[in-house]
Parts: sequence; C-alpha cells; structure tokens
Amino acid sequence: MTTVAVVAARLPARRYLLLAVLALWVLGWAVFEGRDTLGLGGAELTPLHTSLNEGMDAIDDSRNSNPFFLYFINYVRLFLDEAVTFVQALISQPSFGRPLPVLGWLGVVALATAIAWLWGNGKVALLTAAGLISFGVLGLWQESMDTLALTLTAVVLSLAVGIPLGVWAGLNDRFNRLVTPVLDFMQTMPTFVYLAPLTLFFLIGPASATVATMIYAIPPAIRITSHGIRQVSHDTLEAGASLGATGVQSLRHVRLPMAKQTIIVGVNQTIMAALSMATIAALIDAPGLGKTVLKALQTLDVGTAFNAGLAIVIMAVVLDRVTSAASRRVEADRRAGRLRGTRRRRLELAGAFGVVAVLGYLSYTYVWAADFPIQANLGSYVRQAADAGSLWVQDNLAAYTDALKNVLTNTLLNPFEKLLTASPWWLVLAVAVAVALLVGSVRAALVTAAGLLVLVLLGLWQDSMVTLASTLVATILVMVLGVVLGVWMGRSDRVDTVLRPVLDAGQTMPAFVYLVPILGLFGPTRFTAIIAAVVFAAPIAIKLVAEGIRRVSPTTVEAAISAGTGTWQLISKVQLPMARSGVTLAASQGLIYVLSMVVVGGLVGAGALGYDVVAGFSQHQLRGKGLAAGLAIVVLGIVLDRVMRAATQRADVAAHGGVTHK
Amino acid sequence: MALSRSGRVRAIVLVTGTGLLLTACGGAKVGEAQQPAAGGEGKNCGTFNLAINPWVGYEANAAVIAHVAEKNLGCKVVKKDLKEEVAWQGFATGEVDAIVENWAHDDLKKKYIEDQKVAVSAGLTGNKGVIGWYVAPWMAKKYPDITDWNNLNKYAPLFKTSESEGKGQLLDGDPSFVTNDAALVKNLKLDYKVVYAGSEAALITAFRQSEKQQKPVLGYFYEPQWFLSELKLVKVNLPAYTEGCDADAAKVACDYPPYDLDKIVSKKFADSGSPAYTLVKNFTWTNDDQNLVAKYIAEDKMTAEEAAAKWVADNPAKIKPWLPPAS
Repeated sequence: MTTVAVVAARLPARRYLLLAVLALWVLGWAVFEGRDTLGLGGAELTPLHTSLNEGMDAIDDSRNSNPFFLYFINYVRLFLDEAVTFVQALISQPSFGRPLPVLGWLGVVALATAIAWLWGNGKVALLTAAGLISFGVLGLWQESMDTLALTLTAVVLSLAVGIPLGVWAGLNDRFNRLVTPVLDFMQTMPTFVYLAPLTLFFLIGPASATVATMIYAIPPAIRITSHGIRQVSHDTLEAGASLGATGVQSLRHVRLPMAKQTIIVGVNQTIMAALSMATIAALIDAPGLGKTVLKALQTLDVGTAFNAGLAIVIMAVVLDRVTSAASRRVEADRRAGRLRGTRRRRLELAGAFGVVAVLGYLSYTYVWAADFPIQANLGSYVRQAADAGSLWVQDNLAAYTDALKNVLTNTLLNPFEKLLTASPWWLVLAVAVAVALLVGSVRAALVTAAGLLVLVLLGLWQDSMVTLASTLVATILVMVLGVVLGVWMGRSDRVDTVLRPVLDAGQTMPAFVYLVPILGLFGPTRFTAIIAAVVFAAPIAIKLVAEGIRRVSPTTVEAAISAGTGTWQLISKVQLPMARSGVTLAASQGLIYVLSMVVVGGLVGAGALGYDVVAGFSQHQLRGKGLAAGLAIVVLGIVLDRVMRAATQRADVAAHGGVTHK
Repeated sequence: MALSRSGRVRAIVLVTGTGLLLTACGGAKVGEAQQPAAGGEGKNCGTFNLAINPWVGYEANAAVIAHVAEKNLGCKVVKKDLKEEVAWQGFATGEVDAIVENWAHDDLKKKYIEDQKVAVSAGLTGNKGVIGWYVAPWMAKKYPDITDWNNLNKYAPLFKTSESEGKGQLLDGDPSFVTNDAALVKNLKLDYKVVYAGSEAALITAFRQSEKQQKPVLGYFYEPQWFLSELKLVKVNLPAYTEGCDADAAKVACDYPPYDLDKIVSKKFADSGSPAYTLVKNFTWTNDDQNLVAKYIAEDKMTAEEAAAKWVADNPAKIKPWLPPAS
C-alpha cells in the first residue's frame, strides 16, 4: 500500500487512473453483486481436489516399489536419523548405556560459552551462559537440549546444502532465476500440507522433522549467500582478474572472503527459520520444547506453554546474538587486516577448550554436573505468573478488545472482503491486472493475470479472496506499526535497547503459546488471525524500517537540523524518504510473514485457505483440497511479491529522475 | 590486553582445576547405583509402539494402557505423538502398533483395513462419543427452550457476531472432526452461518468466555471431553438420528449418530501374539473412567503417567480382565 502511495504521488496521471479503476470496481460490484463469485462450501470438493487426493494416494502406494524411494530416500532417512540421534546422544538423551547424555548441563554450558567467547565476544559469552542456565532454571533442560540438537543438525545440513547452492546462484544468473521461484515455493507453502506425506517417506522420527525443518531453513541460506556473492563490487573483481586470478581463485580469495559477513547473516537467518519450526515439527513426534507447547495447548494450559515458549525465545536470542557478534567480528577483523593463528589466538583457543574439557569431564562423570539440579527449578513460578496474566487480561480487557474488533472488522475488513468476494471473479481479475499495470509493470500484470487464473482453476477463488482481504488488512497494520515504531527505534538507541528483545520475542515465540489469550480477547474471528499475523510480522518490519532510518547519512540529518528543520519535518521530509528502500523491503517482508501465518489464522477462526489447509492435514478426504489451498497461498504470495517488487522498481526509477539502473 | 586475556584464561584453568580436585572425591557418579528398574520378568513383550493422538481423552486411554503394559506385562512402551492421519500411516510403515481411541474415520478404515490390509480393528473402547451443538449452561438456564432446534431461529439474533453477516453464528469446529453443519443449517432452514473456529482451543476458549461474559455462543462440541467437567455444556437437540438419515451428506437433516469409539491395531501387531495386543484388545472402560483420568491430567495438572498410575492403583479390579491369562 505504501508503494502504491509513493508511486501515485510521483505520477499524478496514474493516480487518477488508479482511482478510476477503483471507482469502476465499486460500480461493477454494485451492479453484479453476488454473481460468479465461485463459492465452495467447507466440505465440498471439486473434481481437481478429488484427483489430487487420488494422486497423493498413488504416490503413497508406490512407496515400496519405486526404486527412488527404495534406494535414495531410504538412505537419506538413515543418514538423517543417525545424525540427529548422535547429537541427541551427546547432549540430550540417555546414551551409550548410560542413564544420561554424554555431556551434562555443565559441559554444554561451558562449551557453548567458550564458542561464544572465541568467535563472538565476552558480552555474548555471558549471555550464552545465562541463557543456557535459564533452560535448567525453567525446568526444561532436556527438552531444550532436544530442540537444540534437532535445530543444530538441521542448520548444519541446511548450510551444507544451501551455501554451495547460494554461491552457484550468486555466480550464475540462469541458475539464480531457476532457483528463485523454487525458494519462494519452499518458503510460502504451508508446512501442514507436506507434513503428513513426509512421514510416509522419511517415517515417523527425527528424519522427517529434520527434512521439514530444512525445507523451511534452506531458502534463507541460499538467498543471502547469493546476495553476498553478488554484492562484491565489480572493481574489486576486475582488480583480481587483472592480476591474473582464475575464476576459482577469484571466488576463493576475493568473493568468498568479501561475502563472509553476509553469509554469516544467512547463517543467522537459517537458525531463526529452523527454530521457528520447533512447534510444527512436534506434530510428527519431533522431540523437544515444541511438544511441551502442543501438549499444553490440549488442556489450554497457557502457563506451561508460555514457559516452554520462553525457552524457545531465549534460545533464539542467544543464537541470534552470538551469530551477529561473530559476523561483526569477521567484518572488524577483515577491516583491520588482522591475521588469525597468532600466538595469542592459539593461547585463547587452548585455554578455553582446556576449561571446557575439564568441565565436560565433570559433567560426564558426576551427577550434579550432568543432571540439572531440580532444586533450582523456577518454572512453576513462571507458569503461575503467565497463567495469572493471561486470565487477568481475558477477564478484564475482553469488553474493550471486543469493541475494537467489532469496529475494525465492520469498518475496514468486512467492506473490503465484501468487495473482493461478492464481485464476479472476472471483475476482480480485471481490476487486479489494471492495478498491477498501473503501479508495477507489464510483467507484473501478466504474473497477476496468470496467478489469479490459477486460483480459479484450483477451485478456491472465494476462499482465496477472503484470505487476501485479511492478508492485506494485516499488512497495512504491520506497516503502520512498522513505520511508527521503526522511526522511533531508528532515531533513538535507548528505544532500540528496550524494544529489540520484545520484537525478538514476538518473532520467535510460537503462536501456539498466545493463541489462547488472544482467542479470549477477540474470540474465534478473522480479526484474531490478523492480530496473530501482526504479532509475528510487525517485528521484522519495524527492524527493517529502523535499519533504513539509521543508514540515512548523519551528515544529511545534521545539515537538515542546522537548516532549522523541525523534528516532524525531519522525519517526513528527510529520513523517511531517504530510507525508502528499507521501508519497501519492510513491506514485502512483512507481507511474506503475514502470509506464513495464514495457517495459524485458520486455527483461530479465519476460515478460508488457512482452515482448508488445517482440515486437509486432519481429514483424509480433504487432503487434496488442503494441497490446493496450500498452492493458492503460494500463488497469492508470488503475485503480491512480484507486484510489490515491480512497484518498488518503478518508484526507484521515478526517484532517480528516470535513470534506469539495476 | 593480550597478556591479561591469556592471564585470565590461566586463572580460569587454575580455578576449575582446583574445583575438579575438590569435587573429585565427592558427588554421586553417573550410572552408579541407578540400574534401570528391571520390569521384564522374562515375558517376551518387547517394544510396543503406541500412537498418542492430540486430545486429552485419548491420552487418558493411552496412559492407562501404557502403564499396565509397562508395569504388569514388562513391555517397553514407545509413545509417539501424532495426528490421526499420520498415526494411521504408521500402520503402513510399521511404526505404529496401536491407536486406542478412534472416532469413526471410515475413509481411513477403508484405505488401511480393507485396501492395504495393514490394520485391523481391536474392538470398542467402551467409550460413547457424542457430537452435537451445545450452549453454555447460563444460556440454557435463561432460555430453557433453546435446547430444541425448532426455537433456534427465534434466538438467531442473539448469536450475531462480526463474522456471521447478520445471521446467527454457529461456531464450528475442530477440523479433525467430520461436520455436516453447513448442510444441516441449510436443510433445517436455520438463519445461521457456519463460522470455522478451526481448533479445539478456539472452541473451548469461546465457551469459557461465553459463560464468563454471558456472551451467547452456539457451537459444535463433543463428549467425552475434559472441558465438560469444568463447564457442563448443554446439548441442543436436533431432529433425532435414525439409521441412514445421514446417508446423503448434502441432504442430511438429523442429529449426529452416536459414536462407539474403537481401537485399531496394525496387522503385524495383532499377529505377533504380544501380550500388549491382548491388553489392547481387552481394554474397555466407561466414559466416567476416562473423564476421571482426563480430569487428573487437564485440571489437576498431573502428567499422563501420574494420572494413569493413580487411576490404576485405585481400580485394580477393572484392570484384571484386561490382562492376558496368567502364563
């Protein structure tokens, strides 16, 4: 929406055209209301859904005869199972005939702290120690280690696959074009759609959970690595080439070292993505904190779910801060031209691992260092506090939140949804294509037309429109929050310090934890789904806007201030316009995050595509429809993303006085 | 800086070294004197893979069966937390031995019992499942005639929400359960719109808030369910179920049939002669039994194991007929 505004502001003629299109739409809606809306009831199926169902059955049945499964998949499964079980044996599960894992809590804390200190800094080392000990204090040591084992294995394997592919995509444009839609697909296809089939091929156990996690965690690794490789400036490469560096040499000595920092950002994002799968993977028996959360949800035990969710948040924050510190250190070392392998460094390594060896041995041998002392368990207090908080909120705020929900639903969501669902499908399609053409490009318009036709073919037109309405409303709310809080955060370091942990929590706390309180506040409605999406998506938008604001050069800001610009003017005339690329990135990421919550929305009353996917996961006869709904979500994501990108590009071109640049 | 750092390292090594020396003589060692309880007693039960479907009533059945299998039969019970669909698939892949509370699922029965022949029925659990439309107790008290479907249209305006487009809202379900509600609303000519809550958590929260805030909610629910011991929802009577009245899903205009919940086991498990199979086959109890164990878990916050241990200790007579004849 912001991009629409930006473009429209620069091109008055287009603005009027856009308004004319919208006016025609409303007119067409009034005339044709209720015709050709292609509705489909909750349990109704189209022939396509039935044949998708049959197709999936056929694949199920060929499992034991198809050589692809017999040889390839089975070996992959064996390897994955062994890998996860091995890490679990080290840190979480009784192993090698012992009642406890090889490394007890003291050993794990020591090892993690040493790693954080050696590759990060003292501050994150302290944070790591405190974070890990808090797992024990929350009474969730073993569950946390199970989650850590699964996450780390999935991350290591994702990176092993993702970084080489990312390098390739960075070097080869054709491969990059080929892989991008695949990555879009992997990131937006709801996990619920392929979770059940996965267990057929990889069986119930760590392998399926790892594969499910990897499908979601590999894309950021590939994307960000490729981005890093591409970022290396042409001048540097040419300098290398003129010195006679071959392709391989230039990759090893120029591109990779210069992209190292970006690649570590990729590692960071891969870890976050992997961790966000902890709860969903628990649906197919993945061990760890996710199980605790799901079990607690069965009895609506908010306290227990929150306790486990808190452990996930802590784990995410620790991993995030350590990898970020490592990335900064890499950059600082590179700038300073510092060499590794000096005497001091060797001493540090030896010292740290010496300590780890001692503590590790203790935790191997003695019960007190192996099994987290149960007396230190403060989990019950956290549980009680969360329970009390959730109850208080539901009892005392429900009247107000209900009113808020009604106002926003009736004034914003319902009219918009009506316009989308009660107009004939061909009218909506024509309007969408026209809008894509006006704010974006011919290409975007073509993608829009093709995408919407696919929605019609999938037999889920009306459900898609309901989901689209909620998605766009949620994205608008995300962007309002993103701009307001992002600017505030970007302008003040103190706000940043306070806000950042809250944002991290919003991003990593599993939605299943706060479903019950928000359901209590807003009831099972589309609005609840929107709130859940905003909680998850606003943090990334806020962070990206803040990042953009911070990158506006301080000299420009100082010049504006000395010219007597007021704070409000400074923000609206200087900082926001100059941070435009950050804002548009925030909008497109915010949108993708909102879409990834469509399924969770289906669990709290959003109906439509989210519910179709959930029902497809639960009922055998609906799984063809669930697959179709998953595809529809992917299509929506791709269409919205392409239009948004084209609009951004157009805005960039307009902003730079019509000079095209890549 | 460099010196002080490595100095610090040395100091840490010294301190931990001393600590090691101090603790070396004290403290229990791992693996020492904690032999796993030997429950085997020579009976060849082996491993028993029990699916745990995600609702508390199921967990109550499974916990009690697992407890008896471990304590009385010496089995090694592996519990697997799985959704129903995935659990049934487990019969085909050989990873699940038993499902101990199944709600109909005729399509899965056809696929895995009739077509693939990897699963067989192991009889009823004794629990009677009821599905229907419910209101919170305060509503039944205030509007006594609401429990008759003929009066639903009279009350439709009460149930209006932001989601129901001016009609009354019928809050539908947990996607795991089959529902005919859209057809029912149409065929009974009710002025209601079906709104999909999407999860059990959403339904329970809606009913809880309904009672607390005196907010009208009409919704799909089912028994046995632990929540009913917290809040005794009142069932709305639809036209009574008669054999075959639900044959055509699009034309259905009667209440849901009573469900006899049953147990399904894998063919392999049934043929293995494992004592755990006999236990599963013989297992049967009442709704009250299940509700009690479910209450231990959901409201008294016991773990499933504790709840099962308590119930088994209190009801030794009920366990006896489940066990295989003494060997």
